[in-house]
Amino acid sequence: MSLLYKNVKQLVFDIDEFIDTVEQGVLVFKEGVTNYINGDKASFADKIERINRLEAVADKLQRKIDDEFYRHSILPQNAGDIESMIDKIDEIIDIAKDNLYQFDDELPYIPNELTNDFIRLTDTSTEAALYLFPAVRTFFREPVKVKEMLSKVYFYEKEADKISRNIKRRLFHEMKDLELSQKMHLRYFALHIETISDKAECLADTLSILALKMSI
Amino acid sequence: MIILFYLSSGLFLGWSLGANDAANIFGTAVGTKMIRFKTAAITASIFVILGAVIQGAGASNTLGQLGSISTLAAAFTVALSAALTVYWMTRLKLPVSTSQSIVGAIIGWNFYTNNPTDLHTLTKIVTTWISGPILGGISAVLLFMLVKRISKKTKLHLLYRDSFIRYGLLLVGAFGAYSLGANNIANVMGVFTGAVDLPVIDLGFIQFDSTQQLFFIGGIAIAIGIFTYSRHVMATVGNALMPLTSEAAIVVVLSQALVLFIFSSQGLSDAFQSIGLPAIPLVPVSSSQIIIGSIIGIGLYKGGKEIKYNILGSISLGWVATPLIAGILAFFMLFFVNNVFKQDVGGDRVLIGSPEIIVIDSIDSTEYLLLEEFQDTSALQQTDTIYTSALQQLNEEKYAPEKTYSLFFKIMIIVLLITILVLLYYLWNRHQKFRLLKLQIKSVEHKYLLKIENLERSIKDKIHHHDDLGKELKFRQNEMVTMAISIIHKNEFLNDLKSEVAKIKSGAKDYDTRLELNKLSLMITQDLSIDRDREKFQMHISEQNSNFIHRISEAFPSMTGNEKRLAVLLRLNLSSKEIASILNISPKSVEMNRYRLRKKLKVEPKVGLNDFIRGF
Repeated sequence: MSLLYKNVKQLVFDIDEFIDTVEQGVLVFKEGVTNYINGDKASFADKIERINRLEAVADKLQRKIDDEFYRHSILPQNAGDIESMIDKIDEIIDIAKDNLYQFDDELPYIPNELTNDFIRLTDTSTEAALYLFPAVRTFFREPVKVKEMLSKVYFYEKEADKISRNIKRRLFHEMKDLELSQKMHLRYFALHIETISDKAECLADTLSILALKMSI
Repeated sequence: MIILFYLSSGLFLGWSLGANDAANIFGTAVGTKMIRFKTAAITASIFVILGAVIQGAGASNTLGQLGSISTLAAAFTVALSAALTVYWMTRLKLPVSTSQSIVGAIIGWNFYTNNPTDLHTLTKIVTTWISGPILGGISAVLLFMLVKRISKKTKLHLLYRDSFIRYGLLLVGAFGAYSLGANNIANVMGVFTGAVDLPVIDLGFIQFDSTQQLFFIGGIAIAIGIFTYSRHVMATVGNALMPLTSEAAIVVVLSQALVLFIFSSQGLSDAFQSIGLPAIPLVPVSSSQIIIGSIIGIGLYKGGKEIKYNILGSISLGWVATPLIAGILAFFMLFFVNNVFKQDVGGDRVLIGSPEIIVIDSIDSTEYLLLEEFQDTSALQQTDTIYTSALQQLNEEKYAPEKTYSLFFKIMIIVLLITILVLLYYLWNRHQKFRLLKLQIKSVEHKYLLKIENLERSIKDKIHHHDDLGKELKFRQNEMVTMAISIIHKNEFLNDLKSEVAKIKSGAKDYDTRLELNKLSLMITQDLSIDRDREKFQMHISEQNSNFIHRISEAFPSMTGNEKRLAVLLRLNLSSKEIASILNISPKSVEMNRYRLRKKLKVEPKVGLNDFIRGF
């Protein structure tokens, strides 16, 4: 009960900032992958640095939000669900950062025939996550409207699945010149990029259940 | 001091009211951790006392109309019988209300002292018992609709809403506590107001009369009940009736507070009368039953699926059973106090033992005077007929209400018997249900015990299996060590052989012999470098330690194949020399490789490399 109005205002601000940070992280990931595929090394290095910074900010904010929820027993009946939701949001930026670092560490060779596919996969996968954030913001203000906002997330997730499968098929069926190791390598990168939309879908499921619980 | 002793039964009633009814107000808020218990208890205590002192008189007056208990002993006994009824019924888990209990006890006192019960007041009280929960239900639905509409329109952030709900629960709880104090203090101290007369306390700006002082003491008893016992009730009963959301909890408490306030506010009643509406009866009502009414109201608004309708039956049973039990108990306790402790319990009742006195005593004094006057006016002397007829007429007049009274008494006994039978049936039924429940619990327990037994057995099997696996692992490790040692021995032997051959070669002068020795030396060298046993051994250890290799590769992805091999050999606790022999490299190279591996694995200087690898 010691939670004063001033603290609530700060916490609302922190949650909004946390969502904004993760959203920016996804955008940076999208740009970073495009930069890598286009061979723009300077911009790619810049994206790595930015996503690293954003992830650190998101982690700090998440810890702060968690602390506030526990200390003031905010929304006691739903605190656990909300914290797990925030955890899943943070996972998205963690994965985005890891994936970008994997590009930097492993330097996968992407043949020209597949560049467009990889760019499309990145766009679609990140799109699923980007459509999720407005729904998360709406959840805190109008839980009833969340469900209708999630349809695009599910759509883009399925699209990302299709593109990823298509890349894998082309790799193993059409790309005879590539070594098996290269094929395997690229297969994993398609999987890494696709993980962003998978996580978005998982979060969308959690969000829709939570919104339903809150609106009863 | 003696007054305090007599007040103790009322204070006990106050304590139990505080312990149980505060949970109705702050139960959900504390149970769901929206409000801390300390905050809830302080708020409830302050406002209960304020409500009792400021607004407690209205409902108390109505109880006074029902039965004006004039002696301390009677007030003590009535309050004690009400308190015992509440205690006993609570223990039996039967629905109970202090309001209904005290009303029953007062009627019991009326019966015992031959004090006529004001049926008008009784009807008024009973009507409010029924209308209270209904009014609670209606106001809860209206408030719930209002809250829903507001929350839909405002689109508040969840956290702001949470914050507002907390403050709302606290404010509404304070109002609820105030109304509870105002309405229910009559149950606690109402019976003492006619029997205790305390001097007025004048603080200069405000005066406290005897009733207000009594209500203040009663309020403190309620507050003690809140602090000492309601925590447990709040934590366990918070959501027992029906799981409530925080908004619904606000609505329910507000609706309860409003109904209690309506039935205790003299000002509101006066305002009603001033605009031509009938006066509101100021009657103590059961806060628990209003809460139940409110929850049922919300349940019905939501579609009625979650409502447990049998609770309505419990309330109805409470309306009849509580006052009846309290009444009977009060009757017998008054008899006991009156005749064993020889205490005056008020009314016309004196001690048992002289029926004549009772008859004379029961004759109204005016009637007695009339009789004397009649005897004096010589009518008695003139005609016996006139006297007889006058006496007969007087007797008829005197005993007519007694006949009606006796009929009423008979009806009451029949009703009482029926109710007791119903109650006994209810208790028996309840007992049967408990028995069944116990059997079910036992069978569930038995099932769980069986499950636990099975699980324990499977754990034992797993442990056994684990032991077997451990033994196998040890055997395999020994096998590997033996294999490694045989390789080492063989290699050492080959190296010795090679140096012996070299010695012989240096001493040999014959060209053919030197050529043959050269061939032999080459063969030995080849065997040392292309050693099938070693390859087989390396394959074997890779296979046996695949999990370890996988784990260490995951943790340190930059490890090379040779480094992994070295790690596996270190895991077998082989010395550098032995490893050198197995890998066919110099011990110095093994030392260098160990150093590199140590750096790559970021092993701290204090920790041994072998220990680090074995602990991985």
